Amino acid sequence: MNASVPHIEVMRSQLGRARGLGAGHSGVGHWWAERVSAASLLPLSTWFVVQMFRLGGADHAEVVKWGGKPVNATMLAALIITTFYHAQVGLQVIVDDYVHGKAHLPTRLLIKIGTSLMGLLGVFAVIKLVVRSGSGK
Amino acid sequence: MQDIRKALYVGSRSDGTLIERPMSPHLQVYRYRLSMVLSISNRITGVIATAGAALGVFWLGAAAKGPKSFATARKVTGNPLGQLVLVGWLASVVYHTVGGIRHLIWDAGYRYDKEELNKDGPVAVGVTAGVSTVLAAALLAVAGCRRSKRAKAGKVS
Repeated sequence: MNASVPHIEVMRSQLGRARGLGAGHSGVGHWWAERVSAASLLPLSTWFVVQMFRLGGADHAEVVKWGGKPVNATMLAALIITTFYHAQVGLQVIVDDYVHGKAHLPTRLLIKIGTSLMGLLGVFAVIKLVVRSGSGK
Repeated sequence: MQDIRKALYVGSRSDGTLIERPMSPHLQVYRYRLSMVLSISNRITGVIATAGAALGVFWLGAAAKGPKSFATARKVTGNPLGQLVLVGWLASVVYHTVGGIRHLIWDAGYRYDKEELNKDGPVAVGVTAGVSTVLAAALLAVAGCRRSKRAKAGKVS
């Protein structure tokens, strides 16, 4: 063996190293969730900005007619779900970084519940718009 | 190693080699850099973008609830102060998008050298300012036109 090759002396099995999760008990799932939702939001929010050019200054009947179209309702629901999912994952990182001690867990739960409820509210609003548009009101 | 404080800052890499762990960043000792403002701005605009999205959901909820609620929502969105909030939301979303794209580029392994970072920072600021201004002006103009057209046609609200 060459003397210049680094010599590793570590009390850890090669299997433990290969599994790789260590004391964190979780892998890179959170990181991926943040990136994938971010990438999905690029086309979704671009679509929303374009729609806002159609809706700026619109009255109630026009908004209902717009929201009742299946493609619009689908894109809107997808945008809402992805937005609040991304917000949940992102705000969680901020809370993990800046909120310590006893306040950490309640704050994190608050973020989770708050973003989930906002997402649900948005989706039900879309459903109601579709129903409203179908009944011609 | 004699100093106990120094000894406490010794850590080990996953392969077991000893290293001196970096000290916690004390912001006040660093010289101002644009990159540190842009970094924290990405988080702040993320929070603002979330708050704006919540307002957007309320707007959608008002439309779902009925013409009366929607009229109230329109009073907010048609009000200069409300429009200032909307423009702030738009600018935050635009910056967070630009910052997010930069993050995705870094994650892919590009533009992460010191010189590249320092070169790209002002570009990000410029793109954000440009895109936000153009979008805000265009959206406000379109909304204004539609409103005045309807007023001319004699329709209420």
